[in-house]
Amino acid sequence: MDSSENLEKLPLDSWHRARGGRMVPFAGYEMPVQYEGIMAEHLWVREHAGLFDVSHMGQLLFHGPDIDRALESLLPGDLLALKDGRLRYSMLLAEDGGIIDDLMATRRGDHFYLVVNGATKHGDIEHFERRLPRTIAMDHMREQSLLALQGPKAVDALEAIVPGVGELSFMQAGVFHWNGKPLWISRSGYTGEDGFEISVSGRDVEAVADALVADDRVKPIGLGARDSLRLEAGLPLYGHDLDCDTTPVMADLIFAIGKRRRGEGGFAGALRIMAELDGGPAQKRVGLLVDGRQPVREGALILDSEGSEVGRITSGGHSPSLGRPIAMGYVATALAEAGTALTLEQRGKLFQATVAPMPFVPHRYHRKQGAVA
Amino acid sequence: MSLYFTKEHEWVRVEGDVATVGISDHAQEALGDIVFAEVPEGGKVVAKGDDAAVVESVKAASDVYAPVGGEVVEGNAALADDPSLINRDPEGEGWFFKLKLSDPSELGGLMDEVAYREWVATL
Repeated sequence: MDSSENLEKLPLDSWHRARGGRMVPFAGYEMPVQYEGIMAEHLWVREHAGLFDVSHMGQLLFHGPDIDRALESLLPGDLLALKDGRLRYSMLLAEDGGIIDDLMATRRGDHFYLVVNGATKHGDIEHFERRLPRTIAMDHMREQSLLALQGPKAVDALEAIVPGVGELSFMQAGVFHWNGKPLWISRSGYTGEDGFEISVSGRDVEAVADALVADDRVKPIGLGARDSLRLEAGLPLYGHDLDCDTTPVMADLIFAIGKRRRGEGGFAGALRIMAELDGGPAQKRVGLLVDGRQPVREGALILDSEGSEVGRITSGGHSPSLGRPIAMGYVATALAEAGTALTLEQRGKLFQATVAPMPFVPHRYHRKQGAVA
Repeated sequence: MSLYFTKEHEWVRVEGDVATVGISDHAQEALGDIVFAEVPEGGKVVAKGDDAAVVESVKAASDVYAPVGGEVVEGNAALADDPSLINRDPEGEGWFFKLKLSDPSELGGLMDEVAYREWVATL
């Protein structure tokens, strides 16, 4: 993979190091895996507010005639019905229905703004360039940084410096200003907590990060806690829980396929995906509560009561909030019911586990009463 | 009593013919929050270099090797309920196991404390 001299530096690189960030290679960048410790950072986000630098992620802007319809050829979400300033979780699909990436798509005036994963952004861009009509223009916003502020105190901390953001409801976004600098802010994130994602110019990101951590409720949080938080929230991580061999139905992400689209089709992989919606997929992503204390991690085998392999763990580890090991993985659909007892095998050792509903830790998104997500 | 270290960041404290083994402060710092430890039970015989224990942090699993050979006298039972002892007191209460040395000459290849601390400072 990348040798260290090929790694890119984030605009906040020296900011992370000055705060004790332990830098590791991730998605082609040097990124902070932790500051004071993953466990403390994880619990801080669940109780207060954490600031994550997710500037490695790809921020893409699309425009052109019928941009919503054009993107609907590759994404299974109902983008025609998406209102201005609203965002939706979606996926870039291959023609066979496999997931090339998962992403957030926002209607932003006559544009669409997409946030894609850092490790996959260059491949995504090639897909969009090759598969969208020539009339669609795409801008990779390389100079934009992305911060996420997550946790129950995120709204108070951000409202204190950017008045008005508290009016946003979950999956709503808009332009705000801080010290005269424009910020694109959405009420979204990947921890299961209420929170915001802030797109800001790389020139201004350090000043915004300083202003946020000047608030006692906010601490910088590394990638390690980001991973354990999203696992507790039951949210899949691309390259681990999702890849080109999984479909949205297998991944239990049916909510991201619009109702109209399920009837009409007309998106990449629709034939296979609609067949899986009708007949059920061969395998399905499930959550697992693992007995004992030892973490069972990605790559462990999942066995049925006969000892036959019925799937694999795709993410797993210690849950700081629950104080026990949790995991997600794919199993034969017949074994995907909550409560099903399964055996896991890791480095020759067997573990007992039970299929559990996800999220493991309840989501606390800020949904306005009566509003549709 | 003498204290030795290995390049794998284990420490060995020798009293008579019994050696207590654990991981160094540098090792616990590098591992981060420790959430699980599995130590050998009394009676198990290990040779120098064998996998003797397992330690897992939030991020990863690591093996702990026997820095010297012998018969395990006792594993640290306190680690099962509170593996974070290893983070809090790695070179004291967070010890892993004690063993009866089978060949005290194996201690000769290990670093003393001063040499280890100096070497770690260069890492």
